[in-house]
Amino acid sequence: MAETLIKIRNLKTYFPVKKSIFSKKLFVKAVDNVNMDVPKGSTFAVVGESGSGKTTLARTVLRLIEPTSGEIEFDGKNILELKGKDLLEVRRNMQIVFQDPYNSLHPRKLIKNIIGEGMKIHFKISDIEIRDRIAAVLKEVGLIDDHMYRYAHEFSGGQRQRIAFARAMVLKPKFIVLDEPTSALDVSVQAMVLKMLKEIKVQESLTYMFITHNLSLVDYIADKVAVMYVGEVVEMGDKTTIFNHPSHPYTDLLMASNPVPDPKFVREKRLLKGEIPSSINPPSGCRFHNRCPFADERCEREEPELREIKPGHFVRCHYPL
Amino acid sequence: MELRGKLLDISNLKVSFYTYRGVVKALNGVELWMDSGERLGVVGETGCGKSVTSLAIMRLIEQPGEIQEGKIIFNGRNLVELSEEKMNNIRGVEMSMIFQEPRSSLNPVMKVGYQIGESIAKSKKIKIKQTYPEVKEMLRLVGLDPERVMNSYPHELSGGMSQRVMIGMGLASHPKLLIADEPTSALDVTIQAQILELLDELARKMGNAVMLITHDMGVVAEFCDKVLVMYAGNSVEYASTARLFEKPLHPYTGGLLQAVPRVGRTDELKAIKGTVPDLVNPPSGCRFHPRCPHAMDICKVERPPFVEIEPDHYVACYLFKGKNEVKEDG
Repeated sequence: MAETLIKIRNLKTYFPVKKSIFSKKLFVKAVDNVNMDVPKGSTFAVVGESGSGKTTLARTVLRLIEPTSGEIEFDGKNILELKGKDLLEVRRNMQIVFQDPYNSLHPRKLIKNIIGEGMKIHFKISDIEIRDRIAAVLKEVGLIDDHMYRYAHEFSGGQRQRIAFARAMVLKPKFIVLDEPTSALDVSVQAMVLKMLKEIKVQESLTYMFITHNLSLVDYIADKVAVMYVGEVVEMGDKTTIFNHPSHPYTDLLMASNPVPDPKFVREKRLLKGEIPSSINPPSGCRFHNRCPFADERCEREEPELREIKPGHFVRCHYPL
Repeated sequence: MELRGKLLDISNLKVSFYTYRGVVKALNGVELWMDSGERLGVVGETGCGKSVTSLAIMRLIEQPGEIQEGKIIFNGRNLVELSEEKMNNIRGVEMSMIFQEPRSSLNPVMKVGYQIGESIAKSKKIKIKQTYPEVKEMLRLVGLDPERVMNSYPHELSGGMSQRVMIGMGLASHPKLLIADEPTSALDVTIQAQILELLDELARKMGNAVMLITHDMGVVAEFCDKVLVMYAGNSVEYASTARLFEKPLHPYTGGLLQAVPRVGRTDELKAIKGTVPDLVNPPSGCRFHPRCPHAMDICKVERPPFVEIEPDHYVACYLFKGKNEVKEDG
């Protein structure tokens, strides 16, 4: 089995909500008790609807948000205890590409400075060396070295996302979080960006955490999948297992809701009723019970554990399908 | 002139926007038609003109934009020539529209019930208060609890609920045509499935036609009878949904379908090289020719006409000979 790059144990990230001073303190439980092992060299997809906590999870893993409790191990080191130089080194190894390339690049900086900034912090190298590395990384993501003397607004969405990726890549990280990297792009452009991500991952032996709400992308790019619902992981395992035998009713219905670009495909009419509940006051017992077609009295009362039903296949359900 | 669509027939529609960068030729001779009760999907990427087309139909193109040429025949009248006053009696009554961002298209300081009542009051020429029984009925139809939602403000509703309210508002006056501009793009997949189901059910019940504007081929495949593919301000292909997915003719349609990832498909995605052109300075001839793998000399010079290649399958591409031309040959 592959080595584990990131080990997450009992991770909780809560955000306090302001209420009147007399009432009880309330929290948005954005990430609640997440356990996860991300193998080295994999593309680990985190899937869920808006409000499921997938972005908060990724940002907590990068220590961009401090968790409320729990452990995060990166390459054998507990990153929550790191400080100073050690932390800086881990930060170099963990990069992120954001969802919206129109807002994630500084509008008044040259591309050269956007990509080069990280190198100035992390590497002690000359300006010429920096320039050479920028030229090389631009070529790698499918742009040309002349592009470093331009501004972000001169590029299309797909090109900007390549630049954002180059900025992450140039620091030679081991791990990159891709937070919905193609959801702002058109399909024809998305295809090119996904292809590039796949190729570079193999070349540079990277590990990805790929956050998305689009199941079709997951099947194309990921090896492992974790499905999140209201802050919790409800199902986790190999992509093929999850896609062929979804065992949590939520995963199953999520897949049934995904539109299929084939008019001959006749969908069974199975809709997920209701909407995602608030993570301030999640439902008792199983958080999915009020929308689940199979829920009974036990689901309402007792919160299921994330259990391993087959080797490497985890489900949080009393009655897995 | 014979109309291709009984409800709506748009021919040679040209819309330009006069910006400081120059004239943006957003629509360059769009052809589009629909029959009553039909569901037409209009697909294309950013900047292809699908939203501008829908705004032109509603006559909502504002300065610095202008409809320059073309006809929009809706229910026997050419909307391009109608006075603003007459247009007001069609908009929201005979045709209505729902938008991508349901929350920003509702008025934040008015109660939901009142906002829906407005459109009924206008079509029936009665007072808004008199419409409330009907508003309640409409809310029930779109799957909301009327007692609760009637007196809510938009911020008290979720995205999915707001879109239900928008649909209720759009259909309250029993229009013949509902234009839905990316109605589910801002919503989660599970909510998207609910909303599409609702649109489907209501269209069956009320018999209205739906023009669904989207970039999602999956949504088209599940919802629409016919599909129109647009590229850079032109109609490039029109066919029944089954036909278009099975045998796309235009190189752009083919490329678009191959670029869509789907569950169960792990082969390499094929991207279309290049990017969508800048419409201030669009390519000559066929606007797709710089990205087209089959481009010929004529494609660079002349815009291909939108012709019927097979019954009910129209394409704007020189690779194919139209029915009319074939007749001349024989």
